[in-house]
Amino acid sequence: MIRLDNLTKVFDTPKGAVTAADHISMEVPSGEICILLGPSGCGKTTTLKMINRIIRPTSGKVFINGEDTTSLDTQDLRRNIGYVIQQIGLFPNMTIEENITVVPKLLGWDKAKYRERAREMMHMIALEPDAFLKRYPSELSGGQQQRIGVARALAADPPVMLMDEPFGAIDPINRAVIQDEFLKMQQELNKTIMFVSHDIDEAIKMGDRIAIFRAGKLVQYSEPDELLAAPKNDFVESFLGEDRALKRLNLVKVRDLASEEIGLVRPDDTLADALDRIESYGYQNSIVMVNDKRQPVGIINAAVARTTQGHCRDHYQSVPVVVSLDDDLRKVASLMFANDMTWVPCVDDDGRIVGQVTQRAITHHLGSRYRAHSKREGDASAAEAASSPATKE
Amino acid sequence: MPTLNLSGAIRLLVLLAVFLAGVWSQASGLIDEFIFYLPDVQYLVVQHLWLTVMSGCLAILVAIPLGILLSRPSMARVAEPAMQVLNVGTTIPTLAVLALSMSFLGIGTVPAVFGLFVATLLPITRNTYTGLKGVDPALMEAAAGIGMSPTQRLLRVELPNALYVIFAGIRTALAINIGTVPLAFLIGAGGLGELIFTGIALYDTVMMLAGAIPTALLAIAVDMLIAITAFLLVPRGVNPSRA
Repeated sequence: MIRLDNLTKVFDTPKGAVTAADHISMEVPSGEICILLGPSGCGKTTTLKMINRIIRPTSGKVFINGEDTTSLDTQDLRRNIGYVIQQIGLFPNMTIEENITVVPKLLGWDKAKYRERAREMMHMIALEPDAFLKRYPSELSGGQQQRIGVARALAADPPVMLMDEPFGAIDPINRAVIQDEFLKMQQELNKTIMFVSHDIDEAIKMGDRIAIFRAGKLVQYSEPDELLAAPKNDFVESFLGEDRALKRLNLVKVRDLASEEIGLVRPDDTLADALDRIESYGYQNSIVMVNDKRQPVGIINAAVARTTQGHCRDHYQSVPVVVSLDDDLRKVASLMFANDMTWVPCVDDDGRIVGQVTQRAITHHLGSRYRAHSKREGDASAAEAASSPATKE
Repeated sequence: MPTLNLSGAIRLLVLLAVFLAGVWSQASGLIDEFIFYLPDVQYLVVQHLWLTVMSGCLAILVAIPLGILLSRPSMARVAEPAMQVLNVGTTIPTLAVLALSMSFLGIGTVPAVFGLFVATLLPITRNTYTGLKGVDPALMEAAAGIGMSPTQRLLRVELPNALYVIFAGIRTALAINIGTVPLAFLIGAGGLGELIFTGIALYDTVMMLAGAIPTALLAIAVDMLIAITAFLLVPRGVNPSRA
């Protein structure tokens, strides 16, 4: 757990005092990734760097796992915090192995232990130890270097990690790969992570929580879905972008809004039955045909059903589009648009149909949060008008 | 020989020229004249090297700590002015430095070593300072961020990464040093300058060359020695010659 208590940094510049971080108070629960997000110069990096005292706080306190870090020795504090920076900062004079084992060595581990640890870390970041440990950073690609950077930060198994735009300098394709790898590692490691980013998509993808900064102040601190559904003010709203409802599609899983009710036909049903069901379920142009195990085998077209007599088994077409329960809505929406459908059947791990997701359900899900939010805002402003000057929560 | 390429041809020509030069010098008695100076050369080379080693080691021992000191963040305020002073110092001709040191310390080995020390000090200090200042700030931040103390940062990150530049400074400085030692003869410290200047004064070409050629060879040998040391000591990851 990381807790910041009124953390403040004032820089003295020739043009006068500049408050880079203004009474930042927030808490990151153990095992979560908190993204500090905002435009450049908003204080997010300053806030991050005050935690390991790369920047000394003017006032305020940092608690790690409940312990006030103010009294800790700077070197001890830093050795127990993993630190990853955008420029990677691998030591070019050391081999990969030496880079990874720097912190364990500082902590006085014995040789066998830290060498073993280096191999372990290489397996964790999916690089072959024998091929890489004896090489130098300059011989690696940018993506590989940043993997090593992450491995170096994790080598001494610190409970807390600080990451300053760690994947910012990596090309987009590699970045997505590294992000996925990192999330997978985090599932096992459960580190408490503060992560600076200026990329809203990265924040939504990586963050359990997102803290939005502006001009040294923490503007909003919420879970990503909450943030996108209910931005606190115009600044947050404009920062998130006008397509923020679409961004939420990434965050919602099919599981969350699949309905069990779905119209199906079997091979033995007649086309007339199929047409009936297409109409009664409100499907515009097709219905899914399943086998005995409820696995989809094809679709019956409404146009065919209307003009032809016979059994479904003789008139179905291709394998229909299906999604699994763990897919996100972005994929669902994309499939709907690509196939001109207003609904998509969903299947479980065995490929059996368990329900459907409709366009209506998606828009309703996304819209309900907005309606709730605007209603709440209306209430709040009414309350504020009644008892001004009211303090905000 | 149709397969002979250009570099092969040049090599052959050079070998031929060297051979002919050897034949000519033997025929004209030059070699014998040189051999006449051999005991002098041996004695003076030792003296020459001794001056270089003393002043060079002294300079390295002072210049590197000085460069490190000036590169510390706490010295930022005085470092740039100090480097400017050193830069101005570099422009003073070494002969003038020797003359100045003679006027304070008299004649003999001591003023010569001191003069050579001053002339050698500057390039090493400057390169140490520049090399350390040139270490990527991201490396310094990473080193600090993972919990290295200032001393550990200096020894494990800064110096190894600046070492190549520092060695370049030592190389330049010692080349200047060896080339300046002949001037030390003028303030009574001996060295191969004795043959060179006496040769010039007596218009004795052979005597002059007996001093000049070993001086040149010494400069090349010392330069190679430093290059080899740098090759071996600078970590492979930051050593351009071992990339």
